[in-house]
Amino acid sequence: MNATPVAATHDLEIRSLVKRFGAYTAVDQLSVAVPRGQFFSILGPSGCGKTTLLRMIAGFIAADSGEIEIGGVNMRGVAPNRRPVNMVFQQLALFPMMSVANNVAFGLARRGMARGERQHRAEAMLERVGLGGSGHKRVDEMSGGQRQRVAIARSLVLEPALLLLDEPLGALDLKLREHMKVELKQLQAAFGTTFVYITHDQSEALVLSDQVAVMHQGRFEQVGTPQQLYYAPKTPFVAGFVGNNNPVHGHVLSCDQHTVTLQSASGWTVHGRSIQSLAIGSAATIFIRPEAVVLARSAADLPSAWPAHKATVDSLLFDGANSAVLVTEQNGHTLRLALPQTGAFADLRPGEPLCFAFDPAQAVCFSAAHD
Amino acid sequence: MTNGAATARLATRLSLFLLLAPAVLWLSALILIPHMDLALLSFRERIGPRQYSLSVAQYRTFFIEPLYWHIFVRTAVMSLVATALTLLLAFPVAWIIAKVLSGRASSLLFVICLIPFWISETVRTLGWMILLRESGVLPHFLVRLGMTEVPIEMLYHDATILVGLVYTSLLFMVVPLVGSFESLDNSLIEAASDLGASNGAILTKIIIPHAAPGITAGCIVVFMLTLGNYLTPTLLGGKNSQWFTEQIYTQFITRFNWEQGAALGFLLLALSTLLVWAGLKLSGQRFADVMRRA
Repeated sequence: MNATPVAATHDLEIRSLVKRFGAYTAVDQLSVAVPRGQFFSILGPSGCGKTTLLRMIAGFIAADSGEIEIGGVNMRGVAPNRRPVNMVFQQLALFPMMSVANNVAFGLARRGMARGERQHRAEAMLERVGLGGSGHKRVDEMSGGQRQRVAIARSLVLEPALLLLDEPLGALDLKLREHMKVELKQLQAAFGTTFVYITHDQSEALVLSDQVAVMHQGRFEQVGTPQQLYYAPKTPFVAGFVGNNNPVHGHVLSCDQHTVTLQSASGWTVHGRSIQSLAIGSAATIFIRPEAVVLARSAADLPSAWPAHKATVDSLLFDGANSAVLVTEQNGHTLRLALPQTGAFADLRPGEPLCFAFDPAQAVCFSAAHD
Repeated sequence: MTNGAATARLATRLSLFLLLAPAVLWLSALILIPHMDLALLSFRERIGPRQYSLSVAQYRTFFIEPLYWHIFVRTAVMSLVATALTLLLAFPVAWIIAKVLSGRASSLLFVICLIPFWISETVRTLGWMILLRESGVLPHFLVRLGMTEVPIEMLYHDATILVGLVYTSLLFMVVPLVGSFESLDNSLIEAASDLGASNGAILTKIIIPHAAPGITAGCIVVFMLTLGNYLTPTLLGGKNSQWFTEQIYTQFITRFNWEQGAALGFLLLALSTLLVWAGLKLSGQRFADVMRRA
């Protein structure tokens, strides 16, 4: 726990990590390096292997092969209670048989710290997370958000090289979750500890993280800043998973350095950004983001540089600022488009005709063979 | 209030009364009334043929006569030792059933603990006698293995009594412990380990505090069963057993001194209740919490 080589600039380094459960590969040849002090999120659907990965870092599961280095020290054969990592559990796992202060002081006591010193430190840590004076309370007297902070305080008081968080906001209601997102971000900035955060909620990952790894079938599809994942997805999975997207499948009519032109089976011609060279006639998919689209009642009101498309309104999905409209494009494709809340479309009704356009540079195109 | 509502209320009361009637009858006819009779019996003294007077002489005898007192202390100490041994033995078994194994293997182990109780206690104890007596199976094997020259008598020792008592009590400890362990969230153990706790610290700081009501419940049940046991100490301990229940039996059956027997019976009840109360105070447990786990 004391061995922290000066040279290490990565708090976590994983090389070719593999874990199989029978025929199922949960983590597949995974490598990543997380720089010191980063808020690093692993985003993926349930069953993608992210929990297995986290439990291997914490030491609860042994890897089949590959290396995990924490603070530059190889963790092979190191038991969970000897690793310089701490974990915030999904259900928090606070000890109900102890007071809040004793929960926070638990790890310090295990290190053999004297009672007076550890109580002092626990109280100071509770102060830092905004729970000063709550030390004597029982865990079940705390609210959901307070418990969350106790769980984080209990880990951070040990000054770990790495804090692992296993979907800690999953059990909270929506309002509290939004609040705790901001609080987590502030806590991480204040402590400067490297956070590795796993979640299936893309909003949590995008809002909180410096870097996000999108995980799918045991592998990282893409590691990058939230902006990179959103604007420049590298795989169809990332394009489909991060943010909303409308995939349009078809075959390539033309492809140059900048633009791909695709024709769908029903005859719709769409333009997208080319990120790889695609053979004429090969199958490909263009992803159109709902919020990258401009809507208008007549084609003349659309930006003239962008190709205009015609559609009919199917239904309106009103959700305040996140409102959307489902339209059927004239060749029969159903698309979800963001509805700007400027008031211009407040009187839109199902069945009305609508025109829309988007910048082909914002619609990324992938070869279908990539899947 | 209308007449109909009053009738409905009466019907509810009547059905509640009828439902409770068998239990009330059972309790009063078989437990309450005999105990009241015994209580009256214990407070009288025979002063001549068919002449009795109210007195506490029977109780005084217990405190004046060292034999009774010694036998009671011996019974209580042996019962405590048997309870402690049962706890030590049941703890890992219950842990394996609740946490290590799952599904069919766990149920199988539980059934294995249960199966001996399908046979009556007398038969089980006689089984121990067949194994342990001088001409029995185990002494014979020890001679065969060359560990002893001649067959040794393994019955009629204190250790033999303890073996029999622990064997009889094991299930009553395993059941509440399994319940306690099953309600322990595994993530608490992982969290403790994650925060640097060794296995010993996890046991003393997490598992035992969590299971405390279950442990206490098991200990109370086993202690009371052991203290009040008659068959096992008598058969396995023989004349050396000196179990308190034997004294009560002797007074009633051998000496026809029902007054003394009744007094000893009530003293056993009072003293064992006192011991359980002291145990609860010492472990800081509340009786209601504990009984919910039992």
